[in-house]
Amino acid sequence: MAESILEVRNLEIRYVTDEETVCAVNDISFSLEKGESIGLVGETGAGKTTTALGIMGLVPDPPGEIVGGSVLFEGQNLLRMPEKNLREIRGGKISMIFQDPMTSLNPVMTVGEQIAEVVLLHSKMSKGEARKKAMEMLEQVGIPGGRCDDYPHQFSGGMKQRVMIAIALACSPELLIADEPTTALDVTIQAQVLELMRNLKQEYGTSLILITHDLGVVAKICDKVAVVYAGEIIEYGTLKDIYTDKRHPYTIGLFDSLPDIENESAELKVIQGMVPDPSCLPEGCKFHPRCPYAEEGCKHGRMEPVSVSETHMVRCGRFRGGEV
Amino acid sequence: MAEILRVEDLTKYFATKKGTLHAVDGVSFRVEESKTLGIVGESGCGKSTLGRVILHLHERTGGRIIFQGQDISNVTAAQLKELRKDMQIIFQDPYASLNPRMSIGDIIAEPLKIYKLYPSKEERQKKVRETMDVVGLAERTYSLYPHELDGGRRQRVGIARALILNPKLVVCDEPVSALDVSIQAQILNLMMELQRERNLTYLFITHNLSVVKHISDDITVMYLGQMVEKAGASEIFAHQYHPYTKALISAIPQPKYNAPDQQIILKGEITSPINVTRSCRFAPRCVYAKPECFEQEPQLEEVSKDHFVKCHFVREINGL
Repeated sequence: MAESILEVRNLEIRYVTDEETVCAVNDISFSLEKGESIGLVGETGAGKTTTALGIMGLVPDPPGEIVGGSVLFEGQNLLRMPEKNLREIRGGKISMIFQDPMTSLNPVMTVGEQIAEVVLLHSKMSKGEARKKAMEMLEQVGIPGGRCDDYPHQFSGGMKQRVMIAIALACSPELLIADEPTTALDVTIQAQVLELMRNLKQEYGTSLILITHDLGVVAKICDKVAVVYAGEIIEYGTLKDIYTDKRHPYTIGLFDSLPDIENESAELKVIQGMVPDPSCLPEGCKFHPRCPYAEEGCKHGRMEPVSVSETHMVRCGRFRGGEV
Repeated sequence: MAEILRVEDLTKYFATKKGTLHAVDGVSFRVEESKTLGIVGESGCGKSTLGRVILHLHERTGGRIIFQGQDISNVTAAQLKELRKDMQIIFQDPYASLNPRMSIGDIIAEPLKIYKLYPSKEERQKKVRETMDVVGLAERTYSLYPHELDGGRRQRVGIARALILNPKLVVCDEPVSALDVSIQAQILNLMMELQRERNLTYLFITHNLSVVKHISDDITVMYLGQMVEKAGASEIFAHQYHPYTKALISAIPQPKYNAPDQQIILKGEITSPINVTRSCRFAPRCVYAKPECFEQEPQLEEVSKDHFVKCHFVREINGL
């Protein structure tokens, strides 16, 4: 087995306020090898972004609180690390691309300065060298280096997202966390950005955590998939496992509710009901109120993960007892 | 089948400091009753402006709008008010299009008040509750406020508000873009069901091609204010003739394992719609572009039955 770069074990994150406790992440575990990419898929409020913030040590505290678990990055537990060391890792070895390129760039700094800022922080380059590096990075993501003195508002949405990618990659991180990197973009621009990310992955061997709700995007660049529902990974496996041999009723429902451009059907299949409110999650299997196969046994206790194969895990009572 | 809406050579220009912005530039189409015309394109192609011009939310610059056989290009404010009973809109953002200080019941009842349709409060409430039932909103949401509902339910409120006057034509401006996939499927099914029951005609504006294929009878693809291709929904997905439509459809990531990779990656981005020249607007990004494309604007021509394409070299490119 190749060396694993990141291991998340039993991560649990809550947001505690006076009125309620929101269990955003409940027991999430996955691992990532060098050069591998994993897609975290799920709907709004499933806890995908909170997981990413947890790994980066960026959960706002208060109200956020990491209750348990560990995040091992190159063998070190990030959750126990002093803030000072964390800051060295963030932006250097682990970097993140945020969802909304329009609001995550600083509007009063040129894009060149914003890229150089990361470089200056994490290496011993001089200002001149950093500027040169910034121009190089822009060229890498397909923007003429000469535009490094322009401000964010002078770029289009797709180009801003490329600038974000340039910032994230400036220090050649080992691990890149991309939170809905293409959601705000048009399809043809999305295709350009995905192509770029795929090339960079091949070139630098960067590991990637891709957070998205778009199953099509995952199919394009991920090796592994984790389907997240109500703060739990309910199905986990290789891209092939999930796309050709899906087991969990939620995963199946998610795929079925997409309009298929190749086949005609009069009505879309829907998953009944709504995503549960994370401040009062149902007991037992979190999906049981919406599940067509729910039985009495699903309503109580903890749903433990069941292995379907060496690479494929599913959290569903129907597969307990080995008959898969 | 009866025609309900026809637009002829519709244009909408905005004056900007840098020059004239051609948001909608010479669009013509017709929609038949109880059908859906899907309008697809990327940000800035003028699809929303087109929908708004038809509803007189923006005043057109040129061209004609014919609704139910009547020319409504120039209407007085009083005529417009009457017209709006038959033409409604569902907005994209269910978070921004509902008044946060009005209860759900009041929001849905507002059109009835404006048109003084049910003078007594009881009758009005009854009608509101009926409509809420039709769109699948629970009774108890009647006195709630928008912030207490999730996105899917809020969009149902938007639909209820649009439908309470029994309109004939509904402009749907990206009605499911802000929703999660499982909720998106619920809303799409609801809209199709309502269409069957009430003979609604939809102008369905979206950037999401799989959604538009699912709901539309006909599809037009827009690029920089112009229609570049128009055909039946299944036809356009089976045969795309315009280079832009080809790229657009190939760019949809398929949720399938090992999907064949035939993606056409376009160069560059949508060019500026300000001070456009008489040329093919897609030419700067087109792989097939020839000098002629930069000099002369192609015309929309019928390539096969009911399939229109705006490209000089459509026959050469596609071997027709």
